[in-house]
Amino acid sequence: MSEAPKRSFVARFHLKPITWFLIIVVVIYLAGQLTEANLLAFFNGHAIQQFGVIFGRMLHPEWSYFPQVIEPILETVRMALVGTLVGSILAIPVAMLQASNVDKIPVLRTVVRILSNLVRTLPDLLMAAIFVAVFGIGPFAGVLTLVIFSFGQMAKLSYEAIETVDPGPIDALETAGANKVQVISFAIVPQVLNTFISNFLYTFEVNVRASTVLGWVGAGGVGQLLDSSLRFTNYERAAVIILAILVVVIIIEVISNYLRGKLA
Amino acid sequence: MADSIIEINDVSKVYDNGVVGLQNVSLNVKKGEFLVIVGLSGAGKSTLLRALNRLNEITSGEIIIDGESITKAKGKKLREIRRSVAMIFQNFNLVKRSSVRRNVLSGRVGYYDSFRSTFGMWSKADKERSAEVLRRVNLLEKYYDRADALSGGQQQRVAIARALMQEPKIMLADEPTASLDPATSQVVMDDLQILNNDGITIVANLHSEALALQYATRIIGLAEGKLIFDKPVEQVTEADFDSVYGRTPKSVDTTKTSEQPTAGKTVEQAIELATEKNDEDAEVSVL
Repeated sequence: MSEAPKRSFVARFHLKPITWFLIIVVVIYLAGQLTEANLLAFFNGHAIQQFGVIFGRMLHPEWSYFPQVIEPILETVRMALVGTLVGSILAIPVAMLQASNVDKIPVLRTVVRILSNLVRTLPDLLMAAIFVAVFGIGPFAGVLTLVIFSFGQMAKLSYEAIETVDPGPIDALETAGANKVQVISFAIVPQVLNTFISNFLYTFEVNVRASTVLGWVGAGGVGQLLDSSLRFTNYERAAVIILAILVVVIIIEVISNYLRGKLA
Repeated sequence: MADSIIEINDVSKVYDNGVVGLQNVSLNVKKGEFLVIVGLSGAGKSTLLRALNRLNEITSGEIIIDGESITKAKGKKLREIRRSVAMIFQNFNLVKRSSVRRNVLSGRVGYYDSFRSTFGMWSKADKERSAEVLRRVNLLEKYYDRADALSGGQQQRVAIARALMQEPKIMLADEPTASLDPATSQVVMDDLQILNNDGITIVANLHSEALALQYATRIIGLAEGKLIFDKPVEQVTEADFDSVYGRTPKSVDTTKTSEQPTAGKTVEQAIELATEKNDEDAEVSVL
């Protein structure tokens, strides 16, 4: 029988991971102190009572309100669809300019990447609030927000997909005397098309969920309705709206998952 | 030399990481030759071949294709020269998700502008040409199939058909049989032989000495980026192969055993390593 190799004291008693764990616990505790977060407040009598009241009223949805929810929720879906579509189309040329196997100019690539990263850091709600201030309350502000959000997301996902294509067909096309556009349409597009559609559906899914929230700042869709119901403490109506949103989101997710499964 | 279709004048290549790919290589290829380049992996065979149509840039020297300098050509001029130099690859390089038809027609893009080619507005003559080149490689019945539904040997022959769409004067072949089994290799090499008989100049990298001796009209040997020998096939001896593969003479008689690109090369592990890729593609296609 041969003896197992010896480990150092630190390794034997897992001192490193234990130290890290303790540091993280301390950091979380300090963060809680500074932000005055108090887990107990969640469980005190008053809060639980409030939850009980709201939840109790929501258990009796005002079903007669349902017909009035249909139109706003369709508006939300339409906003998401238009926003995703326009954003995704705008993202295509920008994705090409970021991909190192298409764009051979490093400076241009870097500049476009920085700009597109900046676009992605803009918070949706902030953008929506600004667009509402500029273009007024209504779905147009919401659509613009979703266009920019989809653009940032699709530009990144697409350029990453483009960079992972098999370079062989690109060589083959260049050999045949193809120009840049022909290399893209014959060698790159067929290789990334399925990924692109799959990412489009995923972004659409995210946008449907996001656009329900955008209504809060007046950017159209069912969120606006939800906001006003809650503001007037009309929880019976809010319950109907939330259930409707839930059903629509689930339907869209199921369809999107099915289609993306087919594309894989 | 008036009848040279390729002139390679003192070409050197140093990669960005300092690796020397080619060192002062000079040679001329005559119209109608079947030139085979042999050498170990990393000897510079692919570097030389890919320099000929400028898929790789060279560091110094000049390459003249049919009287025109591809080294100095830019933009449209470069694309026009490339159009006359077709190429096939070890991994076939077809667009797997596209149909055989679209793959074959993509060889013709050099004759079209961006718009007409992208939207598939091919002339009647070119559609007929695409059927004709596929018939030449015996794959016309696969016209509408997806490229990835074909076996390795079939894919390589589709790649040859695509190359023929360019109506090339020169055909470059970068390890065209390295991913194929022996029987399929013969079929592909026979296809190249037929093109050569039709007057197309062939420049091929091969690992198999047997295939080189069987098909070449002239063989050159590269080692560490340098030209080691350059002889008509009749004059090539076992000692020449020994010199490029760094073997002690008379170690193993590889001309008898190297029929198969993936086996028989027990002497040089480096060769074996480079050829055992893509064994799953090695399916015999009997057509």
